[in-house]
Amino acid sequence: MIEFLDAVAKNSFLQHALLAGIFASVACGVVGSYVVARRITYVAGGVAHCTLGGMGIAGYLHEVYQWTWLSPLHGAVAAALVAAMIIGWVILRSKEREDTVISALWAIGMAVGILFIHATPGYRENLMSYLFGNILLVSGKDLYLIGALDLLVVGIGVLFYNKLLAVCFDEEFARLRGLSVEFYFLLLLCMTALTVVVLVTVVGLVMVIALLTLPVAIAGRFATRLWKVMVLATGISIAVTTGGLVISYQPNLPAGATTIALAGVLYLLVLVGARVCKTT
Amino acid sequence: MADEAAIRLSDVSFTYDGPPVVEHVNLAIPERDFVCVIGPNGGGKTTLLKLVLGLIKPQQGSVEVLGHPAHYACRRIGYMPQHVQLDPQFPVSVMDVVLMGRLGKGRGVGPYRRADKAVVLRVLDEVGLGKVRDRAFSALSGGQRRRVLIARALACEPELLLLDEPTAHLDPTVQDDLYALLRDLNQRLTVVIVSHDIGFVSVFFKTVVCVNRTVHTHPTSELSNRRVAEMYGREVRIVHQGGMEKIEN
Repeated sequence: MIEFLDAVAKNSFLQHALLAGIFASVACGVVGSYVVARRITYVAGGVAHCTLGGMGIAGYLHEVYQWTWLSPLHGAVAAALVAAMIIGWVILRSKEREDTVISALWAIGMAVGILFIHATPGYRENLMSYLFGNILLVSGKDLYLIGALDLLVVGIGVLFYNKLLAVCFDEEFARLRGLSVEFYFLLLLCMTALTVVVLVTVVGLVMVIALLTLPVAIAGRFATRLWKVMVLATGISIAVTTGGLVISYQPNLPAGATTIALAGVLYLLVLVGARVCKTT
Repeated sequence: MADEAAIRLSDVSFTYDGPPVVEHVNLAIPERDFVCVIGPNGGGKTTLLKLVLGLIKPQQGSVEVLGHPAHYACRRIGYMPQHVQLDPQFPVSVMDVVLMGRLGKGRGVGPYRRADKAVVLRVLDEVGLGKVRDRAFSALSGGQRRRVLIARALACEPELLLLDEPTAHLDPTVQDDLYALLRDLNQRLTVVIVSHDIGFVSVFFKTVVCVNRTVHTHPTSELSNRRVAEMYGREVRIVHQGGMEKIEN
């Protein structure tokens, strides 16, 4: 532990990683609580996998056409928002089955990403860090973007708390109170998309859903109001992302996977604990 | 003061891409009426409710609520949905749920105003839930949850109260309590209840509306065995029993 603190003091990449973890945790606590309450985690999964397409295209343009201002993170933001709007449109308007469309987007996003990554010289090793995350590669520039997304998402989540809560709890009633349910639902999907991008940098797109849902699921066992779930989930998320970084540092384990494993173990312990408390 | 009807349907027909669910419905419910809407499953009760709430538009005819086209009146209606539609695990307190009734009244963003909270505390006392206001919605009994949803409808400060199945699967004593509460509210509001449970029609009601594709209205006192039998397409009988009338097969 002392060794780790020492390393943090010396290395800016570890400071960036810790900050990215904390930023991601706040977004994950606030937006994750809405996502779990409204039961749209599968939408978050689809959006997460679509970001690979965006990152692949952005990386390709960066490398082959020398669009040096464009980073994979920009591509991820664009792809996530587009995917969220398509899914939102399908759920609200189209007669297609939503799970079919989400599965299709999920796979197509991945396929596009892999094709572009394949076509990009020297970019292939990045695939692993997109898929499984590499929090140690977060640059100072990335941190600004992550921080800005965080502020945006959490700001909206707090400012429109009452309305988002009402739309998640009882859509029909919210509509009768004159709320534009469609607007708030799409807003929530966009917030989810941006949160997913932030989380992709920390744990990679494959494990995003775990970080979005596990802290909220744990918090939901203890808190009975949505804002309390948000606060508690943020705390738990900060604990597991920081804990994952600390545990993985010395033995040189992948930080993203360690974080998720930690969250998973915590969730299981809470489930078992609740069981034991019930029977005794 | 030309129009005193709280709800007025004129020659309304509605279909969801198929045979008409309701057809040529004419209905006028005066203010301060206490109405029970009954009818067999699939007879169009829920459709009628949605038409009055303005959630769907009729292909033919017009729906007026409180003197305006239905769509414009929805904010003046206190609506209580069937409680089974709601996620029982959702992390909300009683107070949170009832505060939703204040949406659309105050500010666009930020927390609820103090005045909104005062209204909510008042209606919670009125329905007898003042003491459990900080409890989780999920921790309440079925009867209490329904009271919470009635409180939420009242928090809208409505002129018309619409309740979808407020008493289904409740103990008879809890049902009686709810009816008593609604009768009190009827002193100042028009109250309309939809009941999928054809077993009991309380004599508390002033009017019974029978829906089975077409609509017939009766004062409760005139609800006859023959009329109900016609509607359900089979022999039924009404038994006067305490404060209730029981319709038996």
